Amino acid sequence: MPDSSQVKDARRCSVECGTPPLRHFSQSSLALPRNSQSLRTFCTEHNMQECLSYIKQEVSLLSLSPFWTELDDDSQLNVVAVLNCMYDLIQLHHRSLRTLENMEMEQLKLSSYVDNLKTNNTHLKEEVELSKRQNTGLLERERQLHLKLKSLQSSLKNEKDEVQKLQNITSSRACQYNHEMKRRERELNKLRERLNQLLADKKERKQTIDLLNNLGRADGKRSLWKTEKTEAKHEEEMYRTLLSDYELRQRELALENKELRKVMQQIKKEMVSILKSRKLALKEEKQELNGMQTASDDEENEVFDSSKESLELFCIHAREKLTNSIRLQWRRLKSHVEKLDSQGVDDVSREEKEEMDRLKLEIQQCKDFIQTQQHLLQRQLSSPIDQDSASLQNDGLMLQEKMRLSEEWKSLEEQRRIFERERRNYTEAAIRLSHERKIFEEDRALWLKQQFLSMSPFGNSNQPHLLKSASALLITETEVGSLNASEMPHECQSVLVSQKSRSVSLTSSSTDDLESALCLIPENGSSEHRKSELFGDFNSLHENVPLRRKQWKESKDLSSHSLSEENSTA
Amino acid sequence: MNFSEVFKQSNQLCKVSPDGKYLATCVQYRLVVRDISTLQILQLYTCLDQVSHMEWSSDSLFILCAMYKRGLVQVWSLEQPDWHCKIDEGSIGLVSSRWSPDGRHILNTTEFHLRITVWSLCTKAVSYIKYPKACQKGIDFSTDGSYMALAERRDCKDCISIFVCDDWHLLRHFETETQDLAGLEWSPNGCVLAVWDSCLEYKVLLYSLDGRLLSTYSAYEWSLGVKSVSWSPSSQFLAIGSYDEKVRILNHITWKKIVQFEHPAVIENTKATVYKEVEKRPAEVRDEFSLHNVTMDSTLFSTQSKYEICSLPVQIPAVKPDPDRANPKIGVSVLAFSSDSRYLATKNDNMPTAIWVWDMQKMSLEAVLEHTLSVRCFLWDPCRPRLALCTGNSKLYLWSPGGCVSVQVPVEGDFQVQSLKWHCNGDSVILLGKEQLCLCYMDTEQEEKLNS
Repeated sequence: MPDSSQVKDARRCSVECGTPPLRHFSQSSLALPRNSQSLRTFCTEHNMQECLSYIKQEVSLLSLSPFWTELDDDSQLNVVAVLNCMYDLIQLHHRSLRTLENMEMEQLKLSSYVDNLKTNNTHLKEEVELSKRQNTGLLERERQLHLKLKSLQSSLKNEKDEVQKLQNITSSRACQYNHEMKRRERELNKLRERLNQLLADKKERKQTIDLLNNLGRADGKRSLWKTEKTEAKHEEEMYRTLLSDYELRQRELALENKELRKVMQQIKKEMVSILKSRKLALKEEKQELNGMQTASDDEENEVFDSSKESLELFCIHAREKLTNSIRLQWRRLKSHVEKLDSQGVDDVSREEKEEMDRLKLEIQQCKDFIQTQQHLLQRQLSSPIDQDSASLQNDGLMLQEKMRLSEEWKSLEEQRRIFERERRNYTEAAIRLSHERKIFEEDRALWLKQQFLSMSPFGNSNQPHLLKSASALLITETEVGSLNASEMPHECQSVLVSQKSRSVSLTSSSTDDLESALCLIPENGSSEHRKSELFGDFNSLHENVPLRRKQWKESKDLSSHSLSEENSTA
Repeated sequence: MNFSEVFKQSNQLCKVSPDGKYLATCVQYRLVVRDISTLQILQLYTCLDQVSHMEWSSDSLFILCAMYKRGLVQVWSLEQPDWHCKIDEGSIGLVSSRWSPDGRHILNTTEFHLRITVWSLCTKAVSYIKYPKACQKGIDFSTDGSYMALAERRDCKDCISIFVCDDWHLLRHFETETQDLAGLEWSPNGCVLAVWDSCLEYKVLLYSLDGRLLSTYSAYEWSLGVKSVSWSPSSQFLAIGSYDEKVRILNHITWKKIVQFEHPAVIENTKATVYKEVEKRPAEVRDEFSLHNVTMDSTLFSTQSKYEICSLPVQIPAVKPDPDRANPKIGVSVLAFSSDSRYLATKNDNMPTAIWVWDMQKMSLEAVLEHTLSVRCFLWDPCRPRLALCTGNSKLYLWSPGGCVSVQVPVEGDFQVQSLKWHCNGDSVILLGKEQLCLCYMDTEQEEKLNS
């Protein structure tokens, strides 16, 4: 049967011929196509050797037993071997088919398993979703329960507090009741005792009144018998009092009402007038305002009406109209004011801005000015130094000048004060002098009289001495006074004079006073002198300083002079 | 400010006559009548026993002296010192005695409040009023003296009888809606009678003169209620002080509450001035003279004090009352309107050192005066808005809208001012100590300074 085998071979060859992935080709078509065409394509009479070699190759690759012998060149095909080979191939094919089946089975299983898993997954996801939702629901419920718990706790607290309060109240009430009970019990006991006492007491002391004489009634009238008439009169009195009280109250309330109504009408009038004026100012809301004006005209009419009706104090309608109209006007006014405010704010802000800009400009100008000034100053300063010294000198001179002037002023002031004092003292001294002269004249007259009288044979030795001493004292006083007045323009002068005028009898004390007063002079003089020295250092130009020096020197001399004088007199 | 010398008195019995000319004091069993300006003794009467109660008649001609233990009442005449009158209640006893408004009748309440005996001094006639109620204030005469309201208790119910004082004719008798009537008071215009319940129930009833119930007011239930009630002199307001430390003001038109004044322990958010009494060491002598700081020469051992203005918030010291005792020391116990109804002075019992002054025009707190000791007595000047108060030490305190002043009473020895009374023309104050009294004459100049 080599033909059949050849045919089979050819068939196989046809199957295995073709494109490189031959296995694939063979696996994909499990059934061998029994086309005669394919028989011819692989193996033909011409390419037998190639086909054979190819098949050999393939078989060897498949590790099947070789079916040819390789002894001769024309390789003889061992039919048995070929058949075995074919059988092996068939077995192989069957095996592969089986494995394919198994694999397909496996694949089916796996796919079903995967499907199963997928469905499980979706189920589980759904379950998870459901459980999540349930969880949130439970959380919500928990929260609500918490809130409820809190509210319940607070209400519990409230209730507890309430209970506590009520307990306190009941305890205080119980306390009060107990106290009351005890009090009544005590009273009852007292009553019992009293009753016993009264029952036991034989002597019942009756109530008595003992008047020296009956008094007249307070109002002087005679008392009346109690009759129905009097009772009726009392009732009448009572009602009259009540009525008068009500009338008074009603009158007061009516007055108050009138006042308030007047005020309200005034307010309304003013509001209407304000709104009218606003209407002129605001042009945008003309229409509205026109409408309002007509309304306000109506209001005015109403005003007139209500004034007519003011006589009827109990007219409710007028009252209501008035209050309603006022309310309306007030609302309109309020809205207007609000609008104006918002506009005004803008205006204000605009104005403020303008102001700010102006001020800023001014500031800038001033700054520029200052800068130019500074430049000029610097330029001036940077000029040669001798100018500086000259200016400094000038400044120094100016200062000196100033100081001098102030000192002069001070001295002048002092001198003026002194002169004032002097004048006063002069006047005082003059007055005193006149007094003393008068006294002196009197004394003289007395003395003369005395003298005349003493011309009698018995002359009194005592009197003239006394008189002499008094007048002598007066003379010394006037002398010293005049001396002081003329020569010492100083403070202590007045002190001296006053001292003198006081102490008439004792000269020693007065001289002590004088000395103490005079002691003031050297001290003052020294301080002044120091000042003058200071001036001397600075001002060589001044003439007044040496003059002043001279003045003080003179005063010093005078003081020493007077001291010596006094010493001499003492 | 001038102070008179010290005189003796007993039992705090010292009263100025209604016409303001005489001063009557009781010293043990003697009655001394002095002229108010010179304080010279004009009359001296001797009673049979120690005097428990003394009262001038309305026409200033007679003085009533009651001796409760003995059950005697003696009446003395100023014009006729020889005239005498003695009322002996006998075995029935005497608990209280008073004049009628016409000055010719004497009302004696017997022991256990069995009855009220009305004695006429014109006719020696006697009338009896049965079942008077024994309460805080069971009897009140209207201001013009024409009517008398009396609280009674019959068949376990409270009722009120209104009598005409002319002839003691019973005008009206009606039951009240109270559980246990505690007091009644006529309004100053004599047309409305305010009636309040005991502290166990907060209830204030307003009756018209003819017995109609005008209105009922109750602020709250169950807690302790009304402690004190006062009419304003213009009859416009009725002030009710209660145990909850508040004062409620009712108006006379609607009888509804118009405002409520509270007494908190911490004062803040108010325009009122808080004056605090500050004590200084005795050695210091202040030479300054300012509105808030006037001190007179004092003895070496007494401390000088002055008022200082405290800045808010201020804490008022409060004393917590004993919860187990009845009638606890808490709540507004004293209310006093000034004569022009402009100011109301209140005292809260658990803050006993402070006096609160309220302005009735603004309906707000005007001033708080805090002292070192508990305030014992405070009264308004009958003519002007000036408040005098005392705290049991030797000082007199005065407040007026212009400022306040603490004045040391320049009396040798220990003179502690326990209570005080104003003279009816407001020019002097009578200071009562334990056993002594002293008059203080107000200086009009200083008063102007205070008011400026």
